[in-house]
Amino acid sequence: MRQENLFDRILLYILIPSVFILLYLIFIWSPVEKIMGETQKIFYIHVGTAWVAFLAFFVVGFYSVWTLIKPNMNRYIYAGISAEIGVVFTTITLLSGMTWGRASWNTWWSWEPRLVTTLILLFIYVAYLFIRKMDGSWEKIAKLSSVFGIIGCLNVPIVFMAIRWWNSKLHPVVFGEGKNQSGGGIEPEMLATLLFSVFTITILYVFLMRKGAEIEKMRHIVKKSKNKLINKLAS
Amino acid sequence: MNYLFIAYTATWALIAGYIIVLGKRQMSLKKEMKQLEEWNSEQ
Repeated sequence: MRQENLFDRILLYILIPSVFILLYLIFIWSPVEKIMGETQKIFYIHVGTAWVAFLAFFVVGFYSVWTLIKPNMNRYIYAGISAEIGVVFTTITLLSGMTWGRASWNTWWSWEPRLVTTLILLFIYVAYLFIRKMDGSWEKIAKLSSVFGIIGCLNVPIVFMAIRWWNSKLHPVVFGEGKNQSGGGIEPEMLATLLFSVFTITILYVFLMRKGAEIEKMRHIVKKSKNKLINKLAS
Repeated sequence: MNYLFIAYTATWALIAGYIIVLGKRQMSLKKEMKQLEEWNSEQ
């Protein structure tokens, strides 16, 4: 327990300065893009949260497969918390993307492959979270929700490849554009800011995941103890 | 600049919202634990 607290503290000591450094990098250090101006800086948080949302859903997929093979409360809890964080980050990705779209293409929404597949991904995980709230034995709910978790995880590569497969011109391919995947690319300062954004948001994800799982595990223990006590009193 | 402000405000608001949800869960858990302790002491 002490070691767990120490790890959480270390994470927090890394996370807080990282957030301030990230804000400095985004708003002061990174260059202003010539065509879009300041609005381009949405990109750092948009791409960062999108990557971490993908990571969160891969974690859901991983724990869902494991839960299906061998049901276990801890795995079920980790999958649920990861899905919650994934939903939050996907919503941020969509909202920041919509704001970007409004600024650069004069529209809040376009039925473009990347946007549609991301929206479907969000709906799958919202459904997944609703299933987890259903009444019944946790083993049954765990199995059913795990199937949804895996379906959502399989959708992640489709979201990533959507702009390449359907050749969308609206959503730019930032890295590895073209047939030999040598096109695209951004300025070194922009790349450094983007990488730091991914790092900071990943630390935030790990921190939230640990905190959320810790609360859920305790809640499960309390629920078990309560039921035991009630049964004892009844008998 | 307005759009940049909207995007970052929405981002931090959502993250703060989730942290508040976790905080509320922790508070209700503490209440339940206290209740459990009271029940145990009454036994």
